[in-house]
Amino acid sequence: MNNSISITLVIWRQKSALDKGKFKKYELKNIDINMSFLEMFDVLNEGLISKGEDPVVFDHDCREGICGACSMYINGRPHGPQKGTTTCQLHMRQFKDGDKIVVEPWRAKGFPVIKDLMVDRSAFDRIIQAGGYISVNTGNAPDGNAIPINKAYADEAFSAAECIGCGACVAACKNASAMLFVGAKVNQLSLLPQGGPERASRVQNMLTQMEKEDFGHCTNTGSCEAECPKEISVDNISKLNKEYLRSLIKKS
Amino acid sequence: MKTLDLKKKYGYSVSSFLDLFEKNPSFPKGSFQIKKRGESYYWYYTLSKAKSNRVKYLCKAKGKESFQSALEILSKKFNNQNASVNNNIPPGPLADKWSNYRSSIPLVSPANKKKMNIVVIGTGLAGASASASLGELGYNVKAFCFQDSARRAHSIAAQGGINAAKNYQNDGDSVYRLFYDTIKGGDYRSREANVYRLAEVSANIIDQCVAQGVPFAREYGGLLDNRSFGGVQVSRTFYARGQTGQQLLLGAYSALSRQVKKGSVQLFTRHEMQDVVLVDGEARGVIVKDLVNGQYQRFAADAVVLATGGYGNVYYLSTNAMGSNVTASWRAFKKGAYFANPSFCQIHPTCIPVSGDHQSKLTLMSESLRNDGRIWVPKKKGDTRTPIDIPEEERNYYLERRYPAFGNLVPRDVASRAAKEVCDDGYGVGNSGLAVYLDFKDAIQKLGKETVTAKYGNLFAMYEKITGEDPYKTPMRIYPAIHYTMGGTWVDYNLMTTIPGLYAIGECNFSDHGANRLGASALMQGLADGYFILPYTIGNYLSKQISTEKISTQMEEFNEAEAQSTSKMQSIFDVQGNQTVESIHKKLGKIIWDYCGMSRSEAGLISALGYVDELKKEFWKTVKIPGEFQSFNTELDKAGRLIDFIELGDLMIRDALNRRESCGGHFRIESQTETGEAKRIDSEYSYVSAWEHQQESEPRLHKEKLEFENVKMAKRSYK
Repeated sequence: MNNSISITLVIWRQKSALDKGKFKKYELKNIDINMSFLEMFDVLNEGLISKGEDPVVFDHDCREGICGACSMYINGRPHGPQKGTTTCQLHMRQFKDGDKIVVEPWRAKGFPVIKDLMVDRSAFDRIIQAGGYISVNTGNAPDGNAIPINKAYADEAFSAAECIGCGACVAACKNASAMLFVGAKVNQLSLLPQGGPERASRVQNMLTQMEKEDFGHCTNTGSCEAECPKEISVDNISKLNKEYLRSLIKKS
Repeated sequence: MKTLDLKKKYGYSVSSFLDLFEKNPSFPKGSFQIKKRGESYYWYYTLSKAKSNRVKYLCKAKGKESFQSALEILSKKFNNQNASVNNNIPPGPLADKWSNYRSSIPLVSPANKKKMNIVVIGTGLAGASASASLGELGYNVKAFCFQDSARRAHSIAAQGGINAAKNYQNDGDSVYRLFYDTIKGGDYRSREANVYRLAEVSANIIDQCVAQGVPFAREYGGLLDNRSFGGVQVSRTFYARGQTGQQLLLGAYSALSRQVKKGSVQLFTRHEMQDVVLVDGEARGVIVKDLVNGQYQRFAADAVVLATGGYGNVYYLSTNAMGSNVTASWRAFKKGAYFANPSFCQIHPTCIPVSGDHQSKLTLMSESLRNDGRIWVPKKKGDTRTPIDIPEEERNYYLERRYPAFGNLVPRDVASRAAKEVCDDGYGVGNSGLAVYLDFKDAIQKLGKETVTAKYGNLFAMYEKITGEDPYKTPMRIYPAIHYTMGGTWVDYNLMTTIPGLYAIGECNFSDHGANRLGASALMQGLADGYFILPYTIGNYLSKQISTEKISTQMEEFNEAEAQSTSKMQSIFDVQGNQTVESIHKKLGKIIWDYCGMSRSEAGLISALGYVDELKKEFWKTVKIPGEFQSFNTELDKAGRLIDFIELGDLMIRDALNRRESCGGHFRIESQTETGEAKRIDSEYSYVSAWEHQQESEPRLHKEKLEFENVKMAKRSYK
């Protein structure tokens, strides 16, 4: 069995936020199909550095699909063709010999490009800072088993909390909406009794910040769920809307 | 006024200067300076030979007598360098030490807290929880991380769980048992007092995280669920599917975000620490690099906290994130913070094996898999049949056979070494022969596929993505890999390093895990340090700093530290050789893995010292950095980290050479029992090795003796 393929990469190169940027083509031969997509990029970059060229800059860190740093838009899809997979967990066995692979950064007003494929996602941090937490100081907590939580709610809260904050939902959305990201956090904390007291203010503050960061609104195309590497359900957006309506009626 | 006249005005006399050096011929030579800062003058001493850290602050120049006191301070400083390490463990019975001490730590009043600045480097479990808690207390905190967001620190990748002595399962767990298991698991190379404190505060961590909204696994009755983990016989591990680290870090990150919103914490992402700045021998600031524009920045502080994780990437291939590095701890080491037990590295038994030369990192499969998976190799050497074709009687379940009491749940070091032995003997499986099977066939039969999926679904999916094989149908292939480093910056009971005002918390310190860490204890230690220990103990130092003069980042000390950092990076950049950073790093990894990995020998270590030295020279001759200096340059950042790793590699080997015994993760082939188990030599090596950097010579070893008053040192047996 032949374990290596040749591919053509078409990569977005942009020197800085102010630069206009353009696509550039690179040919790679003998790529082992057991490599991850980012290891293939390592091979490309090692070659570029040896030739004295600037390597392609991209965000990456844990390379096990959990830190949420990697963020490539591959052949028109955030994190590439495999369902429920981050770029770092995508392997070259998903591609065929002779494939042309187009790689771009996330494209959204809220995520300005820093260089090449690296974007600034600090908007997500600011949305969390606006209210994505339960206000409890260290040392003030009652016993962990003092409040039993229905397993079904705890499990649903966990499924929402799995979000890795990579921004694929925004990149996939034609409106560049961050509703899935916001919805997942709001829903997680609304499901838990500990999140009750700040339930109303939280959703309002987070949505206000989301708008300030130039993210669009949801028109229910569902592409966020389809592309989310953690397969966070679009139900979280329905629940976000419900929480928002509720917050207009109830104070907590 | 001329300088000499100025000096004389404040009592300078050549004869008393010479007198001091006649009495103490070992003191390093240098000259006295007087410098103006603001409206006042200050005495300094500049070493003539040292390359870094040359200027020593002495005291304020006030009146004729001030030179005499400058001389006294100087001699105290040089004498202090020879002092032994003091761990500052409070007196009293073990169980009362922490509560008594905590109540006696001097407090800083709320009004004064507002005036104090604390710099925290790193935003993982330890850094984020410390920044949040310090911010809540009212200090001004500046937190730094090299990632694009605080939420991406590598704590996020921890899978299995977090230990706590809650005894929710009513299986006889207690603070003492958690303490005892940790001491024993660490092979009697950790401090009793620190470990007991850790076990004590473990229960509070769970409460804190639940209150923050961390969705731990629950039972149908709505109460928290537990599971058991390697090396223990009770179920005390709390978990959130296979993503416990993620959920705990997001909890700490949200607490941190809340303080950012309140303004008590200022967060700097994509910033990396380059140096710690010492004023008057105390940590009073940092030099950091903005990774986006390559510019250096200065920050003054009343205390500096390092929470920068472990140094497993010295092996190149490890389960650490690509960016995890030793730079902050290493630069602190070069400024005078001792580095303890560098050779104590943990090799995790259940990782996905290496598949080729291109590999950039290794992926861990949570140890919790060993609860239900069974580890085996074929009984026949070089058996090439597929695993499902090998009948039951031709399989060697070597862990269950060798260690009947603990079976597949023996501690990590034992499981790793056993896997290496069977592979070295030729029983390994897979293309490379460097793997063993982890089989879920029996578990699926007994528990049903659904239960197995609920427990390990995400891990199975991850395995399939990486290897292209389905673990429900065919056993996983696993092999040990570097995972955690027990060694790290030396700290006392207050978590303060040997530099006053500089603290180290979480994995980056050495304190709690001895020579081997038990599963689910890293998350516990990171959060214990950050939430419940450092916020108290830092008061001990800061309460004395209230009256200390505020400093400015324009001071000579800052100029010098920044100039040193930039000139070092400039000389790396100027090499312009023909080797990439990655290729040199791979060579380093191979040396350390081969000679200072799972088993170590005298001869191997001695030759490795030479190899590392050659590699260091190679780095300075051949490293190639593209792009521009002081701009966005990831290769230059990586090169800066790599040279620190190379220097650390040298220290690790020296440490492994010095310790001629086997303990925990450190296995010296010269020290083993007849059956091939690790042999500890308590009479000679019951100490912490704390290494001190020397400017011109080899690092110097200080020994902190370990006293065991509450547990009996026994042979660690899991048979």
